[in-house]
Amino acid sequence: MTLTLCTGNYAAGHTLALAGEANRAARGCCGGAYPITPQTEIIEYLRAVAFTKGRVVPVESEHSAMGVCIGASIAGARAFTASSSNGLAYMTENVFAAGYYRLPIVMIAVNRTLGPPWNIWVDQGDSLALRDAPWLQFYCDSHQDLVDTIAVAFRVAEDLRVLLPVMVAMDGFITSHTNMVVDLLDQERMDDYLPLCNVPHQLRHSHPTTVGNLTWPRETERHRRDIQEAMERVPRVLDEAIGEFEAVFGRRVAGAIEAEETGDAETILIASSTMAATLRHVIRARRARGERIGMIRIKQFRPFPRADLVRAIGNAKRVGVLDRNHSPGSGGIFWSEVAASLRDASVLLQNYIAGIGGGDVTPETIDAIADDLTRRTAATDPVWQEIAV
Amino acid sequence: MSTIIADEPLLRPGNTNCAGCGMSIGLQWLDEAFADHRPYLVIPAACAIVTAGAFPTTAYGVPTLASTFASASAYATGVSVVAELNGDPHPTVCWAGDGGTYDIGVASLSAAAERNEDILYICYDNEIYGNTGGQRSSATPEGAMTSTTPRGKAEWKKDMVAIMAAHRIPYAATLSVAHRDDFLRKLRVARETRGFRFLLMLSPCPIGWKSSSDESIELIDLAVRCGLFPLYEVHDGERYTINSRPDGTDLREYLARQRRYAGTSLDPEVARVKIEKQWEFLEVMARLSS
Repeated sequence: MTLTLCTGNYAAGHTLALAGEANRAARGCCGGAYPITPQTEIIEYLRAVAFTKGRVVPVESEHSAMGVCIGASIAGARAFTASSSNGLAYMTENVFAAGYYRLPIVMIAVNRTLGPPWNIWVDQGDSLALRDAPWLQFYCDSHQDLVDTIAVAFRVAEDLRVLLPVMVAMDGFITSHTNMVVDLLDQERMDDYLPLCNVPHQLRHSHPTTVGNLTWPRETERHRRDIQEAMERVPRVLDEAIGEFEAVFGRRVAGAIEAEETGDAETILIASSTMAATLRHVIRARRARGERIGMIRIKQFRPFPRADLVRAIGNAKRVGVLDRNHSPGSGGIFWSEVAASLRDASVLLQNYIAGIGGGDVTPETIDAIADDLTRRTAATDPVWQEIAV
Repeated sequence: MSTIIADEPLLRPGNTNCAGCGMSIGLQWLDEAFADHRPYLVIPAACAIVTAGAFPTTAYGVPTLASTFASASAYATGVSVVAELNGDPHPTVCWAGDGGTYDIGVASLSAAAERNEDILYICYDNEIYGNTGGQRSSATPEGAMTSTTPRGKAEWKKDMVAIMAAHRIPYAATLSVAHRDDFLRKLRVARETRGFRFLLMLSPCPIGWKSSSDESIELIDLAVRCGLFPLYEVHDGERYTINSRPDGTDLREYLARQRRYAGTSLDPEVARVKIEKQWEFLEVMARLSS
C-alpha cells in the first residue's frame, strides 16, 4: 500500500483518469472539461493525462461538458466530467438528458453554494437541486471514501441492471482543497476491477437507430418506470460492486448508509458528507459519557435508502437531521426525504440547518444540536443553527 | 431508441416533412453525396427531429442522435472524438435549424468550430422557429412577419457564414436547393475536408413563409438571382469564391410570392442597398483571394 498526501480534487482526478484508461481495450474514454471553483483542479488533472485511447475536450460551458459526455457515451466510450455550483445549474438540461438516455456517465460534483450572491464555499444545494434527475448520488465523507466510491460508481453505472449516470459529491474546500493521506488506486487493479464499458444502445451503422425521437405517453411512462426499476436494483448491484472492490483492493467501501451506535439509541443524529465525519466524533464522545445516542451517515441520496434508514432508526425516540442545504419554503432536503421514509409517526423528527454558505460546523455546533434534540418533547419547524464563521 | 434495418435511404418514406420543405431535398442530396460515407446524424430540437416520427419508428436510415436544443455541436464532438479514437470512418454530421444554429446553439457551435472538431455542420435555415409554429429567430430577415413579429421584423438577418468564416474553419459555404450541382459539389468538398465544416442552406418553408409549396425551389432560385442569398464558399476563413452572381432579378419578385412580407414596412430600396453592400464585401474578398 502506497499512501499519498493529496487534495480531494487530485484524488478524484487521479481516479477518473485510471477509470478512463481502464477502457482502452474497448471504445476508450472521453469527457468535457470546464473550470469552476472549487472543482477546477479535477479538470486540469484530466487535461494533463496522456490517455492511450481517450480525449478530454476543453469546452465552452458546463452545458457542453455534459453534452460531450453524452455524445461520447452513446458512441460507446467511458465518459466523465466534474462541476460545481452554478456550473451544475447551467448543466442541468443535459444532466437530465444523460439519465434519460440511460448513459453510464460519472460526474464529480464538488458541492458549492449556488449564487448570487457569490460564495465559493460548501453547500449541497447545487447537486441536490438535481435530485429529480435520473442519476444516482453519493456524498463522500473523506478522501478515501471519495476515491473508492468513484471506482464503485463506474461499476454500478455501467452494470446493465442499472445503466444510469452517477454523481459522486464531495464538500467544496473541506474535501476538495484539503490534503489528506489517501491510498490511491493503481492502473493494474483498476483494469481488473472495471469490466470494459458496454453501452448496449451505442450508435452503430450495422444497426442504425434513432435515439431520442418522439415518444407517446405510453412509451414515455414505460421509459420512466424502467428508470425507477433500475433504481430499485441499485442496492443489490452496489453490494456486489462493493464486494468485488474488497476482493480486488482489500478494503470495504461504505454503502448506502453507515449506522453507528444505533442499536439501543434513544437519540439518533443523521448527517452526510464531512458533517457526518465530525458528527462521528461527537457521538463517540457522548457515548463514552453513557448517553444512548447514535448516528447515521447517509451516503447514497439517490436512490434514497428508505428501508435501510427505517431499519437503522429502529426504536429511537428522537431523530435529528443535519442539513447543509435548504429548500426555501420547506427546509433541509435530507430531512424531507427522511420524513417521507418514516412510517412511525411517534418518532420525534427534528431538522437542523447548519453550515449554510460554508460555515464551519464544529463538534461544539453539533453538541449544541444534540443537546437541543435530547431535551425536546416535540418537533418544530426546521431550526437554523447559525454558525456565523 | 427506434431501430431500422441497415442500407436504407438516409431519409426514408413516412417522414413527417411538409410538402415543399427544403429539408427533404437537402437530406436526400446529403444521402447522395455521402452514399459511401454513411454519417452519424446529430439533430437538435428542430423540425428535423420531428421528421423522424415517433418511437418505435424512425424515418432516418443512419444512426441518429437527438440532442438538446443548444447542444448539437457538443454531442457531435463526443460522437466524432470517439469515432476518431476507434478509427471509425463514418463522419459526424449535425443537421440543425436556424434556431439551434444562429440563436441557442451558437455558443457550442462557435466552440466546436474554434476547436476545429471533425464535424460537418449543416444548417437548414428556414428563417424562423418552424417547429414551434413560426416565431422570429436571428435568421429571420428584415420585414418578415412571424408570430412574434406581427408587424414584420425590424432587424436585419444575422450573417452566420461571416461569423463561421471568422473562426477560420477549413470550409464554409452556402447551399441552394435550386442549384443541385453546386449543392452536391459543396457537400463533396465538405466530405473530403477534415476539421470543422459549416454549410448554410436556405430552406424554404411554405408554412412559415406563407408561400405556395410548389414554388419552393423557384423561390430559392429567385433569392440567389436577386442577390439576397449569395452562393459562395470560404476556405480557411480567407479564400472566398463566388459561385453565382445576381442577374438583375428584382428583389420584389422574391418578396411578392411570400405573404410573410405582405403589408410589412420593408422598403425594397433600403433592402437593395444592404444587399449591394454585402456584394461589395464578397467581391472584395473574392478579389483578394484570387
